[in-house]
Amino acid sequence: MKKFWKLMLRNPGGVIGLILLTVAIIIAVFGPMMFPTSPWRMVQRPFLPPFTNPMVTLGTDALGRDVFAGLIYGARVSLLVGLVSTTVALTIGVPVGAIAGYFGGKVDDAMMRGTEFFQTIPSFALAIVLVAILQPSIYSIVGAIAIVSWPPVARLVRGEVLSLRTREYVQAAVVTGQSNSWIIWREILPNTISPIIVLASLMVANAILLESSLSFLGLGDPNLMSWGYMVGAGRTVIRQAWWITVFPGIAILLSVLAMNLIGEGLNDALNPRLAKDSR
Amino acid sequence: MSKAPAIAIKNLKIALPKSGERSYAVEDVSIDLIPGEIVCLVGESGSGKSMCAHALMGLLPDTVKTEAGEISFGGKNLLKLTEDGWREVRGRDIAMVFQEPMTALNPLMRIGDQMMEMFEAHGLLTPKERRAKALNLAKEVGLPDPERIIRAYPHQLSGGQRQRAMIAMALALEPSVLVADEPTTALDVTTQAQILKLIRNLQRSRNMAVMFITHDFGVVADIADRVVVLRHGKIVEEGSIDAVFRNPQHDYTKALLAAVPSMDPPARAPLDETNKAVDVIGLDKTYVTPTGWFKPDRRVQAANEVTFSILKGETVGLVGESGSGKSSVARLVMRLIEADRGTVRIGDVDLTALKGKALRDQRHRIQMIFQDPFASLNPRRKVGQIITDGPISHGADPKKAMERARELLGMVGLDAGSLDRYPHEFSGGQRQRLGIARALAMDPEIIVADEAVSALDVSVQAQVLKLLEDLKARLGLSMLFITHDLRVAAQICDRIAVMQRGEIVELKPTAQLFASPEHPYTRELLSAVPGQSSPSQAA
Repeated sequence: MKKFWKLMLRNPGGVIGLILLTVAIIIAVFGPMMFPTSPWRMVQRPFLPPFTNPMVTLGTDALGRDVFAGLIYGARVSLLVGLVSTTVALTIGVPVGAIAGYFGGKVDDAMMRGTEFFQTIPSFALAIVLVAILQPSIYSIVGAIAIVSWPPVARLVRGEVLSLRTREYVQAAVVTGQSNSWIIWREILPNTISPIIVLASLMVANAILLESSLSFLGLGDPNLMSWGYMVGAGRTVIRQAWWITVFPGIAILLSVLAMNLIGEGLNDALNPRLAKDSR
Repeated sequence: MSKAPAIAIKNLKIALPKSGERSYAVEDVSIDLIPGEIVCLVGESGSGKSMCAHALMGLLPDTVKTEAGEISFGGKNLLKLTEDGWREVRGRDIAMVFQEPMTALNPLMRIGDQMMEMFEAHGLLTPKERRAKALNLAKEVGLPDPERIIRAYPHQLSGGQRQRAMIAMALALEPSVLVADEPTTALDVTTQAQILKLIRNLQRSRNMAVMFITHDFGVVADIADRVVVLRHGKIVEEGSIDAVFRNPQHDYTKALLAAVPSMDPPARAPLDETNKAVDVIGLDKTYVTPTGWFKPDRRVQAANEVTFSILKGETVGLVGESGSGKSSVARLVMRLIEADRGTVRIGDVDLTALKGKALRDQRHRIQMIFQDPFASLNPRRKVGQIITDGPISHGADPKKAMERARELLGMVGLDAGSLDRYPHEFSGGQRQRLGIARALAMDPEIIVADEAVSALDVSVQAQVLKLLEDLKARLGLSMLFITHDLRVAAQICDRIAVMQRGEIVELKPTAQLFASPEHPYTRELLSAVPGQSSPSQAA
């Protein structure tokens, strides 16, 4: 574990990503304490430019709502959606991939055709349809994102399991009479963790983007302030009031960038040999 | 020794990255390579022999540093060369043959093109002349049907042919020094014998200096003029082949020579003929690979009517070259793969007829020791868990299982403190002991050892073999011992079955098989074992 952190910290990109993520988490957890009132509340005159009033540092939007407060509440939604939907996607994708890879043959065929069915539909279109049918809410958004992002997990896990299944230690477990579920959970899956972690970090970034896109289109949870919604709402007045769209846009950029950098760093730290060769 | 050396390594010292086990990969190594002489660099894994070879070619990895010494060649110190300077020397003056011909050849290039590339890289000859040269080279290294073979891709060649092609490439520019890094390790014995002969002949006719790296003393005895024994990066002994083999000075050399198993099978105690542990009857297995819609499927028969039995307390050896189906038979017997036909009986239980839970309950009676000590232990589980997983899943009390694991570790010669450690903290030999402990934890009646000592150094190999013999006698086990090494088989087996293309061609008591082999293939195998005419038999 110590060695892992050492490798992780050697990668400057990963360190920057970790710092950004830590800041985002702190804001998401403690930020709302600074703004105990709702971000939907009007606090000033509309279209107040940023850095003019110390009470509303980043200005106000078309309805006089505080952009800074919106950013802070939006961090909660973005991170929450990113993490929860990734977790859900993993809980679907990992077992599907593991079972397909381990049993092979017809089971594999059936499960992979199912996976491909999801992969052939453009993921964003599917997400829009799902949210529209289920009515926009935080649950339907998380569900839709999870449903469109599990297939890559399943494929990755299947590939790893396929190669690990023929390892001698797995055969050793078979000849000592272990059951299939024991072999999958205890012998195979722990050895697939590194690539899954790397993929998961990138999936969080993707989920944040998807959520923003859905909210941008007005399919966000109407009760929650989110970055995508802010960009979407400010879009029509971007020439008069750039700050309404630019600040949440930067927030999305930074958080997605942070997750990508972390993913890169994790990849280097968990596959040290690859990292050394590339340099 | 009066001749001037073609290339001389002087006091070479290569530093390993810090935090490693030792600080120098190679320390104060001086070797002269003289034209017309083959110098064998012998040592166990980690002795620094490959480092020496790579230093000669300027192929050292970036992580190590040459701290002192020089490699003088034609009045130059090669270690001072730039990358461009090296490029001039490589191939033209010093050439190398690698261990694994499959990975050393580019799979997407025709053999002939790869040979011609040697000339192209050094800007020599016209394309037409290059082609003619490649053809000549293919002839010289004894590739059959040179016209056709220079248009073939590497995967269309056999292992031996690939190694011949590699040698042809190395010889293309008539280098004065040839470095061969374990060139026959990946080959079967019969092919190995041919390649050794080829290298010997080419070296004589071209008066090259050859540095031949190997861990196999049999090969050394067959090919070397001079021997350099390396240990932990230092030269422990150096001398002519006769001097080193007949009269080794250093204790380490003596130990190494003593560890080489002899071809004389020792006398074995007679066994009760009626008491069978395993009965294998008519096993058939054919692997079918679909090749496409319109072509017939590729079929490989891995086992054809394989029938044998193992008596209680007996060791039956299964020998053969790679692809002969011996590992498949082991896995069929273990039911790791399903047979197309045939029966495996343990006592009065028909293993091939069982399914699911019933099969899992019987599995403990027959256990396996695997070939690769690095792949056969789960890197993410502690030794204690690895050993006790089996018994616990069969309903043993975890505490008692742990107690038993501690005992077993003692039995295989490991410290009981090992229980809380992870596999990567152990050496290859120790890992193989762990594998044995895992198998024994199940209280088996039969052990199937699939090339269980092939990946180990000779001295460790001897220890593990002795341990297996002891345990077998103590616990009254029977064993199916699969190996490609006839020397090892001679030492440990009561009876030996020789396999060729999925069939057992000869099955006889060991002494009888070695004394009067009947089948031509058995004879061929026996005569190909390296180092038989050597002085090593005296050791």
